Amino acid sequence: MEAVLALTVAIFFAVAIYLMLSKHIIRILLGVTIFGNAVNLTIFTSGRVVREVPPIIPEGMDVPASLTANPLPQALILTAIVISFSFFAFLLVLAFRTYQELGTDDTDGMRVAEPKGEELPPLGY
Amino acid sequence: MAVPGSEALDLSRAMVLAAAGPADWLVIAPVAIPIVFGALLLIFRHETKIQAGAAIAGLILALIANVFLLSRVLDQGPVVMTMGRWLPPFGISFTADVLGASFALTATLVALVCAVYSTSDIGTIGRRYGFYPFLMLMMAGVSGSFLTGDIFNLYVWFEVFLISSFGLLVLGSEHRQLDGATKYAILNLIGTTFFLTATALLYGAFGTLNMADIARKADHVREAAPLMTLAVFFLLAFGMKAAAFPVNFWLPASYHTPRIVTAALFGGVLTKVGVYALLRVLVMLFPPERTILSGVIAWVAAATMVLGVLGALAQTDVRRVLGFVVISGVGIMLAGLALGTDEGLAGTILYAFHSMIVMAALYLLAGTMNGLGGSYSLRTLSGLYAAHPLIAALALLLMLAAAGLPPASGLWPKVMLVRASLDAGQGWLALAVLATGFLTTLALGRVFILTIWRQREAAGPVENASPMLGYVTMGAFALAVLFMGLYPQPVIDIAERAAGGILDSAPYIGAVFPEGVRP
Repeated sequence: MEAVLALTVAIFFAVAIYLMLSKHIIRILLGVTIFGNAVNLTIFTSGRVVREVPPIIPEGMDVPASLTANPLPQALILTAIVISFSFFAFLLVLAFRTYQELGTDDTDGMRVAEPKGEELPPLGY
Repeated sequence: MAVPGSEALDLSRAMVLAAAGPADWLVIAPVAIPIVFGALLLIFRHETKIQAGAAIAGLILALIANVFLLSRVLDQGPVVMTMGRWLPPFGISFTADVLGASFALTATLVALVCAVYSTSDIGTIGRRYGFYPFLMLMMAGVSGSFLTGDIFNLYVWFEVFLISSFGLLVLGSEHRQLDGATKYAILNLIGTTFFLTATALLYGAFGTLNMADIARKADHVREAAPLMTLAVFFLLAFGMKAAAFPVNFWLPASYHTPRIVTAALFGGVLTKVGVYALLRVLVMLFPPERTILSGVIAWVAAATMVLGVLGALAQTDVRRVLGFVVISGVGIMLAGLALGTDEGLAGTILYAFHSMIVMAALYLLAGTMNGLGGSYSLRTLSGLYAAHPLIAALALLLMLAAAGLPPASGLWPKVMLVRASLDAGQGWLALAVLATGFLTTLALGRVFILTIWRQREAAGPVENASPMLGYVTMGAFALAVLFMGLYPQPVIDIAERAAGGILDSAPYIGAVFPEGVRP
């Protein structure tokens, strides 16, 4: 099971990095989402994958009787999903506004803040 | 709660049964106060008249809490408060040690002074769009990062201050802001996602996220787990957040675009969170891995400081000059991390205090100069000395501080770092620190000469902004800078104790796990 998940994670990371290397903001954003999901799957895989053993302690015992599924990764992933989803929503709006205002989603063309051919500071006075 | 059979359970093995003492609440006060004020200001965001006053009051309260927290930590060692009553490592432990508490105190001080300055810089529209709620929530995130003792919680606080900083950065929606914010937001999000990847792998290796637990288990886990990979991941992720070369290009692309007070906050506080996280994780959690990486970190440090200041030399916009000076300061802090000795780390921590104050002050200086001279460009801004001699005095002191010259605060951390480099046999690193100081003197000296000494050629239109708030806030920073320059011993003591606290983690672990340092 871990091997399959590890392979999936690897594919996700590869796709994400490929997309993030693009010059176009929208592809970068798609890459960032897939990147986030790759990480979530990594957390899931790191927290030992056990099927169908709920982490419930039987009556009269202090600790679980056997190895159970680990509930913590799900809490971590849930937090990470909420964060990455809200960031993605914000970034989409930001990218759309930037596209509307600057007329491009090509990072090479986005030179408003750092204009090309800016004059050098004066050498003396 | 009469659950059948519950009498037999010994809850004290799993849970904190005693209520937390009032003094323990101090640990979360620097985080809780800004969150409460942030939430209230968000509710009352249309009441633009009370926003600034309430934010300043909130930051004063947070500052008082920080002062008490630091003095308690200095007296009694690390203070811990565990959330949700579950004993660590299950409950999330807020753990304040000297390093975290002193960083949180300095950051809150900088935020307070910036908030005072913002009353003139942020108009009704900025207030209506939520400048002050964003400011408070950002400070909650920053303080939370400094005080938490749990690595996943650290990630959450990173995201809290990051999303607030996005809000501050785009406030105003000018074209250049959107451009800068897009680059800042995407690259920082990728950086924190790298951090989360490292955290996932760390959880897989250790089965715990509590920093004290990780520190005490590292020696047992080291044989079986790829801790070196983890350390490299953390170095990349936090290096990106701290703006270390070669992953620092988001900083010069964005820090000159927002309102000047936002730039002051960012330049002062945010990169230091990355430096703090590097210190906490690499020095406290993975010391052998840091030793192996020290050569790489030294090169990164030297490249960051030298290339940063070379960038500053090539800029015409004062704000962009300052952005590059921030970067070169990060390089100097990384030099201490590369050395990893007592004195080197103390130098790094002292430089971080100095840099938070001086960089924020320099951005406010740029804002005040713009208010008086009507420009940020070195080509047009001129003749300030004739009209406003006081600003020349403040500018001189602050620039001396940033360059590391006496009588200001930048001198002592550089002395410590240079001596530590020479002691470690790394003469070239000492040379890089000194060369950076020289080049910073050139870059900022030129700003001083052109904007202040140069005669104003044509009497251009000058905004009639009152520089009073600029004088007051910069004066406050200048006093701190002078104090740290002329009487540095108390601050050096704090920096040395902070460095000692991460080099020997036993007191930190003992505070979280009173029953024993070994698992």
